[in-house]
Amino acid sequence: MLIAMRFLMTTNGGGPAPDEALFAEMGELITEMARSGILLATGGLGQGQHLTAQGGSVSITDGPYAEAKETIVSFALIEVRSPEEALEVARRFWSVVGDGEGDVRPVFGPEG
Amino acid sequence: MTSGPDPRGTLDAVYRLEGARIIAGLARTTRDIGLAEDSLQDAMVAAMQRWPSAGVPANPAAWLTLEAKHRAIDRIRRSVSLDEKLGAVADDERQRTRVEIDSGGHDFDLIVQHEGIEDDVLRLLFATCDPQLGREAQVALTLRLLGGLSTREIARAYLVPEQTIAQRIVRGRRRLADAGFDATTPSESERLARLASVLEVVYLIFTEGHAATTGDEWVRPDLCVEALRLARMLTTLAPDDAEVHGLAALLELQASRLRARTDASGGPVRLADQDRGLWDRLLIQRGFRSLARARSLADAPGPYAIQAAIAASHARAASDADTDWATIAELYRMLSTVAPSPIVTLNRAVAVFRAEGPAEGLRLLDTIADSPELADHHLLAAVRGEMLLDLGDTWAAAVELRRAAELAPSERERELFEGRAQEAGGPREG
Repeated sequence: MLIAMRFLMTTNGGGPAPDEALFAEMGELITEMARSGILLATGGLGQGQHLTAQGGSVSITDGPYAEAKETIVSFALIEVRSPEEALEVARRFWSVVGDGEGDVRPVFGPEG
Repeated sequence: MTSGPDPRGTLDAVYRLEGARIIAGLARTTRDIGLAEDSLQDAMVAAMQRWPSAGVPANPAAWLTLEAKHRAIDRIRRSVSLDEKLGAVADDERQRTRVEIDSGGHDFDLIVQHEGIEDDVLRLLFATCDPQLGREAQVALTLRLLGGLSTREIARAYLVPEQTIAQRIVRGRRRLADAGFDATTPSESERLARLASVLEVVYLIFTEGHAATTGDEWVRPDLCVEALRLARMLTTLAPDDAEVHGLAALLELQASRLRARTDASGGPVRLADQDRGLWDRLLIQRGFRSLARARSLADAPGPYAIQAAIAASHARAASDADTDWATIAELYRMLSTVAPSPIVTLNRAVAVFRAEGPAEGLRLLDTIADSPELADHHLLAAVRGEMLLDLGDTWAAAVELRRAAELAPSERERELFEGRAQEAGGPREG
């Protein structure tokens, strides 16, 4: 049965600062994903607030953040047919981006 | 811990992601779609022979693309006697690219993303959606060459024997071979005609998934997913055509309700009864965006954009009671002028019924009562039944709803209408 699966590809911070060439390549890659009809949404994440809930109280702080390389800085939500397809997309992404790390994880819908 | 990629899964993934481009690129070079596809199939076989033992190459897409290119050269060599010089060139290139593949160089962009590859993919779509092929071949070839589906997968999706799909593909390919791969730039009117045909095929794939005409299942999400993907591809292949975005908007919006259209046992759930919390907000947003794009590209909306606007009206309503039926009735009126059909009038009658009442709805239904297209259509009876029920004529309503149940194309819908007939009361069956 062919059912669409959604995956969230995330990249962590702490890699080399992107230069113009990398931005161009990333743009090309994003266009390519859109052309294949698999890219649903993409975006970058800025610095925000950190929330901690404990014993019924929620505290909001500006930090502390985990190490940059453990913090998500960008994401792409893709819709594909198999985990292998998601992995192939992610592999291609990282072959363009160069050094760094990130994850590709399945997304479950409301029906769970 | 790292794990090596699974060869079969990776190969399927690459085929699906890159198959259309590889075939389109090769078709342009060889002017032969059949040869292009066969060469890719050869390359797939070669990959399955080599990858499990040698490991999946660093860049599997580049590997497959080059292998397919070499296989095409092999096939041409076998079929015609090339002169020595051409053979030498081919050998030389083969040697050079072999080195590139084996070193795992990231030369993928150079091979598949040559200037104009997107136009080639669009031309491939024009070819597979050529009206001369006939509906069944159009659908099978499009799913196979552009969607990257195997013959078995297409057969499963359409609930027909694999052999049937294989025959449709063979016959379709023969016609394509006769026509050749047209790499020239079509005139604007030719382009629009071809594009219209592509949109029709994509929509046809979606609607079969959305309300299956055969089998026990009411929806086939797999076909909807494939059509949606093709529609999204099209928005990048023909980004300046309003109706391309109109179709994408329509499919995104209709697909946003897929989860809510089926109950736990697989039965259909009517729009009015759907749990709107299950509607996919992301797809709705994407639909709105595509609709806005369609509107910005054309002064007067085309049929797909109008249908998308109708779907958008439903998406905006927090509940069935909140639905702006007057706007929807007006949109159906517009649709009936640009794309008149009894089915459009039927839908318009439903909207008018909800906006103005059953008497006005029935009046519109009367205008299509004798339409041969709808004579044996379950929806005409179903809609009339609901209107009569609203008027309080339960006996006549039950008769119509039973008739709808008898005519329903799927078992699931039959149960739905039978249930409504029983709720209405009236005469017992038999």
